[in-house]
Amino acid sequence: MNDMAQDGYTTADGRKIGGVLMEMRNITLRFGGVKAITDISFDIREGEIRAIIGPNGAGKSSMLNVISGFYVPQEGEVWFHGQRRAPMKPYEVARQGIARTFQNIALFDGMSVLDNIMTGRLTMMKTGLFSQALWWGRAQAEETAHREKVERIIDFLEIQTIRKTPVGRLPYGLKKRVELARALAAEPKLLLLDEPMAGMNVEEKEDMSRFILDVNDEFGTTIALIEHDMGVVMDLSDRVVVMDYGKKIGDGTPDQVRANQAVIDAYLGVAHD
Amino acid sequence: MFYREAGDFKTSYPDDSQTFPIRFDRLGYYAVLLLGFVVLPFVLNDYWTNAVFIPFLIYAIAALGLNILVGYCGQLSLGTGGFMAVGAYACYKLTTAFPDINIVFHILGAGIITAGVGLLFGLPSLRIKGFYLAVATLAAQFFLVWLFNRVPWFYNYSASGQISMPERTVFGIAVTGAQVAPWAGYMVCLVFVVVLAWMARNLTRGATGRKWMAIRDMDIAAEIIGVNPLRAKLTAFAVSSFYVGIAGALFFSVYLGAVEVGEAFGIEKSFAVLFMIIIGGLGSIFGSFAGAAFMVVLPVLIKLVLVDSWGWPTDLAAHIRLMIVGALIIIFLIAEPHGMAQLWRVTKDKLRLWPFPH
Amino acid sequence: MVLPDQVLYAMEAALNGLLSGVMYALVALGFVLIFKASGVFNYAQGVMALFAALTLVGIQQGQVPFADVINLIPGVEVHGFGWTVPALLAIVLTGLVMIGMALIIEALILKHLVNQPPIILFMATIGLAYFLEGLGDTMWGADIKTMDVGLPQGMSGTIDTVTNAWFGYGFYVDQLNIVATVVAAVLVALLMLFSQYSKQGRALRAVADDHQAALSVGISLRFIWVLVWSIAGFVALVAGIMWGARSGVQFSLSLIALKALPVLMLGGFTSIPGAIVGGLIIGVGEQLFEFWVGPLVGGATENWFAYVLALVFLVFRPQGLFGEKIIERV
Repeated sequence: MNDMAQDGYTTADGRKIGGVLMEMRNITLRFGGVKAITDISFDIREGEIRAIIGPNGAGKSSMLNVISGFYVPQEGEVWFHGQRRAPMKPYEVARQGIARTFQNIALFDGMSVLDNIMTGRLTMMKTGLFSQALWWGRAQAEETAHREKVERIIDFLEIQTIRKTPVGRLPYGLKKRVELARALAAEPKLLLLDEPMAGMNVEEKEDMSRFILDVNDEFGTTIALIEHDMGVVMDLSDRVVVMDYGKKIGDGTPDQVRANQAVIDAYLGVAHD
Repeated sequence: MFYREAGDFKTSYPDDSQTFPIRFDRLGYYAVLLLGFVVLPFVLNDYWTNAVFIPFLIYAIAALGLNILVGYCGQLSLGTGGFMAVGAYACYKLTTAFPDINIVFHILGAGIITAGVGLLFGLPSLRIKGFYLAVATLAAQFFLVWLFNRVPWFYNYSASGQISMPERTVFGIAVTGAQVAPWAGYMVCLVFVVVLAWMARNLTRGATGRKWMAIRDMDIAAEIIGVNPLRAKLTAFAVSSFYVGIAGALFFSVYLGAVEVGEAFGIEKSFAVLFMIIIGGLGSIFGSFAGAAFMVVLPVLIKLVLVDSWGWPTDLAAHIRLMIVGALIIIFLIAEPHGMAQLWRVTKDKLRLWPFPH
Repeated sequence: MVLPDQVLYAMEAALNGLLSGVMYALVALGFVLIFKASGVFNYAQGVMALFAALTLVGIQQGQVPFADVINLIPGVEVHGFGWTVPALLAIVLTGLVMIGMALIIEALILKHLVNQPPIILFMATIGLAYFLEGLGDTMWGADIKTMDVGLPQGMSGTIDTVTNAWFGYGFYVDQLNIVATVVAAVLVALLMLFSQYSKQGRALRAVADDHQAALSVGISLRFIWVLVWSIAGFVALVAGIMWGARSGVQFSLSLIALKALPVLMLGGFTSIPGAIVGGLIIGVGEQLFEFWVGPLVGGATENWFAYVLALVFLVFRPQGLFGEKIIERV
């Protein structure tokens, strides 16, 4: 990391990575007496795809939950856009431009695909209750404007045919895609993906990888993701944080991480003393 | 054959998101409106207006309100009776304090006051969930009924402890009081129902409705994608109570005329409205109407068949009605948790393809 | 010892509140049992108590079930079998009826609602409550009945004498309340023993802990459900006897049982000690509140005090006194 200039770097495939978008400083998270995360620091730069990996129970999901504001760490600071983030509710974090998907799909089962994706734009819809109740002028114009944006995402993720289908009826792989669509609809500055490829077959994984790269490429969205599939992680990401037992044991480009002895030990299973 | 969407192309997003995307449905809807406004007032006799149509319209408003809270936002409430009482007493206090102002404004005012009370009792919903909240709303039910029963200011210190509606007019025609013609009361209720149902539809199809449904389906995920849960729940409580309050005001002023709070707005009322939305369909505007119609017609039907035709004693018929209602609730929850609205949707889906289902 | 009158009256009210608290706890117990074992919040528990009491009185007095319906047949006129059944036998028979009811409820309702969200099950039990209320009235008639199974009633002479000797003022305590307290204590002890030491009890606790795990070691969920609903039916019977003897067998009995709900909210839905402590707090609380505040605001505060207390309490401690802390996960 030290070899990178303060204002960014250029990836192997020639993409320009910007300055620091989000920085975690000495984060410690406890549940009762149990430490889920111990003194972890890392940063996420504008435009990059950043992976967090580690064995089961390493604290990856907890880390993502800290970023999205669902857990508040006992120690440490979260910096976003060069400002220290005061402890805030998850919905306030969302309004700052952080969107996410979930490991165990968290879609709204009672609503159609279209409505689910439209919920991604709720933070941007401003008309008042009364105007909405009357469905006059502004409310309808706003609805249409946001619908147009959402339709672009629907086209982008190739889910036009299931627009009006209730989400509960969709197969697993499509649900994951709808969830990604909902997160994208928020036009996030930072997109968090919690195991976007868990439980998918090879073909679905390839589709999803393509979408992730496309999102990063076309919208310039910064992405932080957790993933178990090593091959996918190493292919996709620009830099990788490795966690084990709540501690950071490695951080760097995929190649650097692959050569890191601590990481190899963690994955091959060396006795902890 | 006539009921299909093929050939009915939508070329704009507003067109695509309209309430009745199928032309046949649209025509049906206008036909029902026409029937309600132009035909029924002239053909209905007083018995049917008073025993069926007025209560149906009022309960439909209450059911719409409760459905917003329970069916759309997922917050179970057993306090509907208490909130209807707020509407009734607010309407009474307003109309006796300002007799010169039109009754329509009093009814709206009653709705707004009830919305405020609902907001207050909705505050705990941030911390209390599921049936804990349902039981907490019982606090509203029992407290409010007690309040109107025991504090004489609410019933203007009347000796009987009852409130009774003085005569009020709209466009010079009496709509409340002893001399009212049934069709006039019916028209007032109908106007309120149509406007409120239309507003409920607009709210539930737009951003607000999505917030409510997101909270209902998965509150934690909703919060993480940017929905402020307290705000969403409180708007649901307020809007729902607004509807329920108006229903209470109409129930008192137009339908009953005189009210004893424990009798008219007891816990049975809360359950009756809850049953309407379960049987009709949770999270459905149409379901609110279907459920209200069902629960209003059922006792009339039972009375017609058991008591009037078969000569059974009235109290026995009442007991059997309880059994039927209870059994129906269970049957609907088991067989069709989405209620009559879902049955209707399934029928329509079949109709769409009829007569060539393949 | 000489105490001011007001204090003595308050003490008397508190003591009586304590004893009615036991009654609340008795009903609450039935809720807790079913909730722990099946996750069902059984709204019908109160109506079950009413139904049990109606059945007991009906059997005891030799009433013909569905007499009103049978009498509709032209030329038929039944009023009763013309015998009376001894109290104990009638209680046993009613117990059997309650077990039969548990079997029917499982087969007709619960079996079909497995895996539904709790709120659906809750609403189903509201439907059940309506059905049972109608059934009870259809079977036995809706008139108010007196329950007489030989429980002592009226003022307790001993307490009157003792308190008179201590304070110079005799407390009025109904003997029935004392009996109810003893019965409740015995019932709780029996339930504890049952769940600790019997095989079925262990299975019950296993299911309460983790449905899936219990299923995987071969515990029959359907059997457990019938079992808990039977026990809950039995608890309802006991509660029905006590409440029925106290204030007559009538519809309001099922409403009194509603008060078990705030008791549960205070105590936490999964805790038997919670149900008891919650019952006592509410029993004493509403008596004292009515004693001190009631006269100022028009009385009858016991109609809502329990609910409002529970509501306020829950806002600060959503899991109740003894419930486990809820940790939310994504």
